[in-house]
Amino acid sequence: MTSATADAAALRARQDKGRKAAQNREKWAQGRTYISAIVILIWCLAPAYWMVVTAFREVGFTYDTSILPTHVTLDNFRTAFDTSFGNRFGQALGNSVFIGGVVTIVSLLIGVFAAYALARLNFRFKYLVLGFILGASMFPGVALITPLFQLFTNIGWMGTYQALIIPNISFVLPLTVYTMTSFFREMPWELEESARVDGCTQGQAFRKVIMPLAAPAIFTTAILAFISSWNEFLIASQLSSDATQPVTVAIANFAGAQPNQIPYTAIMAAGTIVTIPLVILVLVFQRKIVAGLTAGAVK
Amino acid sequence: MATELGPTPVKAPASGGTPVHHGPKGVGEDNRIASQGRWAAWLLAPTVVALGIVIVYPIISAIVMSFQKDAGLDPATGLFTAGGSAGIQNYVNWLAQQCAAPDGGTVACPPGTLGGQFWSATATTFFFTIVTVALESVLGFWMAMIMAREFRGRSMVRAAVLVPWAIPTAVTAKLWFFIFAFEGIANKLFNTTILWTGSEWPAKWAVIIADVWKTTPFMALLILAGLQMIPADVYEAAKVDGATAWQRFRMITLPLVKPALMVAILFRTLDALRMFDLPYILTGGANNTTTLSILVINQIRQGFNSAAALSTITFIIIFLVAFIFVRFLGANVVEQSGATGKGKK
Repeated sequence: MTSATADAAALRARQDKGRKAAQNREKWAQGRTYISAIVILIWCLAPAYWMVVTAFREVGFTYDTSILPTHVTLDNFRTAFDTSFGNRFGQALGNSVFIGGVVTIVSLLIGVFAAYALARLNFRFKYLVLGFILGASMFPGVALITPLFQLFTNIGWMGTYQALIIPNISFVLPLTVYTMTSFFREMPWELEESARVDGCTQGQAFRKVIMPLAAPAIFTTAILAFISSWNEFLIASQLSSDATQPVTVAIANFAGAQPNQIPYTAIMAAGTIVTIPLVILVLVFQRKIVAGLTAGAVK
Repeated sequence: MATELGPTPVKAPASGGTPVHHGPKGVGEDNRIASQGRWAAWLLAPTVVALGIVIVYPIISAIVMSFQKDAGLDPATGLFTAGGSAGIQNYVNWLAQQCAAPDGGTVACPPGTLGGQFWSATATTFFFTIVTVALESVLGFWMAMIMAREFRGRSMVRAAVLVPWAIPTAVTAKLWFFIFAFEGIANKLFNTTILWTGSEWPAKWAVIIADVWKTTPFMALLILAGLQMIPADVYEAAKVDGATAWQRFRMITLPLVKPALMVAILFRTLDALRMFDLPYILTGGANNTTTLSILVINQIRQGFNSAAALSTITFIIIFLVAFIFVRFLGANVVEQSGATGKGKK
């Protein structure tokens, strides 16, 4: 009997030890996860943070290295909008909103129908069309710029809004179709079937049942489309004029009072203004945006 | 790709005859497919027409232009010439790095001219592509593995990785230009006095670091989406069978995440091959950071047709790389995005 209790005690001790070791391993693994997570956070956020901190620093302390905000001022934001050195940042902001807005609306208006067909209908050459649209989104911008440069020069469109909007559609529209197609595949299409059973035509079922349900997906796609148009630089840097240039070009060409002195703090302020709305948008709609970004790549 | 059309059993329109697999509703099904085809044609028409105008038309005119001589002063006669057919001379000039000579023939382009930079720009483009995509794959995989774990604050990390992605590349370039300034934080932090954008290797690394910072999140999110498709019980079963963590990674994670990983690598590779904004703004293409895209842009104002030839070469290079990926490395993007959708019946 005594040996039995001793055995039991030994067994319990062993089990305890095993459990403790497992717990320790677990804790250690958790700890490593947290350390890695902190490294990722710093790597992703530190440069962006540095931009914002510098944007609020006095010009004289451009190269200040303290991590916390020091010598805080709003002057840089005033300088960013100042037009006396030939910068037209405020106007460029308006241009970017206008160009991005038109490109997004046009791409969605056209692309939603194509996405519906690709997600819902069976037809020949479906994969050929999908391949063509995917190929189009991977297309190098420089392959378009040369003929467009010549064409727009010939017809006097250089520096006009349409000269910036039309090439942007070449990469925003495929992105729209691609993202919407994968969103459409996830939708509860039984509802469409039942609407049709109840006597709707396919068109009515699409308008009255599917469109309202698809609204969040369309909104997410619109954000992605707008961001990619907002970020465009290559085409705009060649085809825009001072009056129509978007913010990316304005920031790249940002000039200071003296030609040999780079106005870092003002550029960081301009960068902050351009970035903050996007970051807020992205963080608010984080889940949807990640779903849209990764749509199609897996599934 | 044409051979992969329609994996569904019914794909031919109702064209007479009753194939054996037709069940009771076979004929109705055929009609439906035919009417769906008409519907699809109408719905797809605007997109196809729009892409035809904004992509196919410029491509064709670029190819046409690339076989034309650039208008300009004829070096032999000193008179203005309007161009005319050049045959494949523009392509030969780029590939052999030949420039027009005063006697009407061609000579090797002197160093520093655009014509003499083709091969170095190609090498730079591929160097950037290979290094950035490799770094982004490894870093992105690691980030995805962390973000796939359960821990408090996970959603914060997932939100944070979107920040570099959301910043426009032009702003990213200016931000890193400031970080890599001579008196900037990078030199202060590592106690170095490197002229980052002033000499070849620091300039190249500045571009690479900025690009990796900006695009790793995209890679990580794609891989994370792939990781989340792996059912947890597969890991549990492997654990019960005594597989070590490394074995579980090698035998389960890697093969199952491979399709998503390949698509992510393909996307990033094609994106990196056309890299423009970052080196153009960060280094201005100086110190051997000129990519093919930058070379095309610099050439445009010196002659459209020659630039068109170069952009066509760039396009062909990117197309070939995509082809190799899809054909030999199994990055089947179309099938990934099309064949297994839930909505399909």
